[in-house]
Amino acid sequence: MRLEPKSAPSLAATLAYPAGAILATMAIAAILVLAAGASPLSVFALVAKGAAGSQFALLETLTRATPLIFTGLAVAVAFRAKLWNIGAEAQLYAGAIVTVVLGTGALPLPAIVLIPLIMLAAMTAGALLLLGPAFLKTRLGVDEVVTTLLLNFIMLLVVSMLLEGVLKDPMGLGWPQSERVIAEAKLPRIVSGKRLHYGFVIAVIAALWVWVIMKKTALGYEMRAVGHNPAAARFAGIPVNTVLMKTALLSGGLAALAGFSEVSGLKGNLTLDLSPGFGYTGIVVAMLAMLNPLGVIAAAIFVAGIFVGADAMSRTADVPSYIANVMTATALLTMVTAIMLTRYRIRWR
Amino acid sequence: MTATPVLHLHNITKHFGPLVANDAISLELRRGEVVALLGENGAGKTTLMNILFGHYVADEGTVEAFGKALPPGDPRAALEAGVGMVHQHFTLADNMTVLENIALGTQSSWSPRFDRATALARIRTLAADFGLAVEPDQTVANLTVGERQRVEILKALYRDARVLILDEPTAVLTPIETEALFATLKKLVASGLSVIFISHKLNEVLAISDRVLVLRAGRLSGERETKGTTRQELAALMIGQEIAPPAIAEATPGPVLLECEAVCAAPASGPVGLESVSLALRGGEIVGLAGVSGNGQTTLAALLSGIHRPRSGRFRIAGEAVETWSPAIALQAGVARIPEDRHAVGTIGDMSVTENVIAERYRSPRFSRHGFLDWAAARGFAEELIRDYDVKCPSPEARVRLLSGGNMQKLILGRALDPDPKIILANQPTRGLDVGAISYVHQKLLEARARGAAVLLISEDLDEILTLSDHVCVMFKGRLSPPSVRGERSVRELAELMAGHGMEAA
Repeated sequence: MRLEPKSAPSLAATLAYPAGAILATMAIAAILVLAAGASPLSVFALVAKGAAGSQFALLETLTRATPLIFTGLAVAVAFRAKLWNIGAEAQLYAGAIVTVVLGTGALPLPAIVLIPLIMLAAMTAGALLLLGPAFLKTRLGVDEVVTTLLLNFIMLLVVSMLLEGVLKDPMGLGWPQSERVIAEAKLPRIVSGKRLHYGFVIAVIAALWVWVIMKKTALGYEMRAVGHNPAAARFAGIPVNTVLMKTALLSGGLAALAGFSEVSGLKGNLTLDLSPGFGYTGIVVAMLAMLNPLGVIAAAIFVAGIFVGADAMSRTADVPSYIANVMTATALLTMVTAIMLTRYRIRWR
Repeated sequence: MTATPVLHLHNITKHFGPLVANDAISLELRRGEVVALLGENGAGKTTLMNILFGHYVADEGTVEAFGKALPPGDPRAALEAGVGMVHQHFTLADNMTVLENIALGTQSSWSPRFDRATALARIRTLAADFGLAVEPDQTVANLTVGERQRVEILKALYRDARVLILDEPTAVLTPIETEALFATLKKLVASGLSVIFISHKLNEVLAISDRVLVLRAGRLSGERETKGTTRQELAALMIGQEIAPPAIAEATPGPVLLECEAVCAAPASGPVGLESVSLALRGGEIVGLAGVSGNGQTTLAALLSGIHRPRSGRFRIAGEAVETWSPAIALQAGVARIPEDRHAVGTIGDMSVTENVIAERYRSPRFSRHGFLDWAAARGFAEELIRDYDVKCPSPEARVRLLSGGNMQKLILGRALDPDPKIILANQPTRGLDVGAISYVHQKLLEARARGAAVLLISEDLDEILTLSDHVCVMFKGRLSPPSVRGERSVRELAELMAGHGMEAA
């Protein structure tokens, strides 16, 4: 079996292969649903209903999509420059820690000042966290896949340490959780009485902002050039290492906003289960979006829908909601395959 | 010569979309003959060989080896039938020895023991019989290009190849190595092998082949016995018309624009760096740098391009000592660079023509304001270059990967020469280009010279160096010979210098 590059992928193929990837994901999930003794069609119908069947379901899906947009953007930006940031999870927690540190009463400021300040500080924390691996990559050639991935575990342990130590809520009955953020540090709800908060709006604005950076600015151009061909970029005078550092700052900052928005908009405090792997799922989101910042919005809503829908489905059908994890993981694999197939054709023998 | 066809390609037709790469081409190779496949780049030579080797499946036509049809699309079939190929870009494992490379893949991965003694004896016999001197225990990374090519040929012979296909084999060789290769080929055909020699160099085709097949735009434009044809006839068949050699005006030397004095540098890539290189480039002159590839040209080019720094020595541009050095600074100082590898270094294949042409200047006020790019201006510039430099491409949005080598090079030329640079570094500017594109590149370099630019031309093509250069230097093992003016040294003398004779004095 060999791969032969295609000269130019047609528009039809560019659209058909991702669609095929989703169909393949459903087919594979269907096997597992059958194994669990349920009918795939009715289970998929329940998932769809649970994800978008009512106003409540839809708002719940958008709420879940919010952190995924941020982590998806973080990954999309980094992967564009071929900076393999697998550490969005760690950067998310860095943002969450900063939000809790500044948002629990340390700064008595009005919301209009406090919230932007916390956002900025959270982004800085996430950015600095990714700067280390980027520095090691550009100066010493240390593989950033390894460093960013391992930082996820280190950060989780740091959070655990903080929650058992200085950040522990004295009123928390011994649970490892932080104090709750003050009202001025909370993002308001978009629909009163529902969980959807203004973090979603910030996420959409962030996606537009990243899109503008990638399409319209010299930095976006540099990032794409470095990602496609670092040797040619360097030869043409593009400062490759500086560009990678800037990419790291942008990517880490975006991932940290996910932590900020989860604490400030939804949970109110920091716990060890703040993120059920949003950082990792961001990779799936970015790949499904083919690294397009605006596509990230759609991909995040789609993936969030699978999770929310699967939760709802598991309450009625006798299929565990873990099927959502299987589906998103499968979606990543089928999508990567689909992307490859749009660019290469397989020749047997 | 007997009349048994060892290889028969019959009516091969291959389309790539609207493009006809091969149009009903037939080729018959007999035992003990050398057939030259002559044609410009893009004429269909490579496609034809890819079909023979099963990398592509022909739309029509059949391939027969030794009377048996080869199944289409099976790369193993041709190898097993005794057809061996030596590619232009070698396919050797650098970190393994010559012996290991040759024997690699000739026995099952499951067999417990490798019979080294037998393999060694066999390689030594083959090497002695055909004049292919190599040291079997040497690591490939330490070999010269010529030696690597010999290993490739041995590899094919070790696999009992009866037909040998050589793709542009002389592109990387010195004149002396080329002579040795031709001697080897003559021994091979004398022992009954057959050779297909792919080239676009007329002299070599005339020197080595028995028969010439000329391809033009996917068609067989002519087939001639080598004895009964002439250089002019073949050139006419190949390009459709004769291209006159460029007219070269008298040089009008200007001030020294770039000067290296006793510059030493670590190798930029590969094994050879620079040892005390002194070089002065004057405006209005072309300095040609001849030499076998891998003798430090890459390092010198990297240094002048800004991607490498000297370890010691003085380096001045327009009389001013260079303190800090990078590609961006080089560009600012008016150094235009045409890199050796247009695919890996010169262009970004997956980006558009527009995105590629602004790569060196996207921060200039012409193309950006406050960090935002002016894509309309960029597109306008791309259209301008496409028009002025006669680049054939569907649109400024086309990905550069889709352009032919010649058009890619015209784009790089346009990008480099548009700002009227004072100093031009042209590293292998015509390698792999067809006759038309070569003459275009030469003309552009001569125009720059007439404008008063200083040009350093690094090339492995001695003809090119001799035609264009006002001064010629030879590079060998990181050292530079003193320059000679046009016509001062004969080809033979230059070839001696390229082989390292007389360089000790330099």
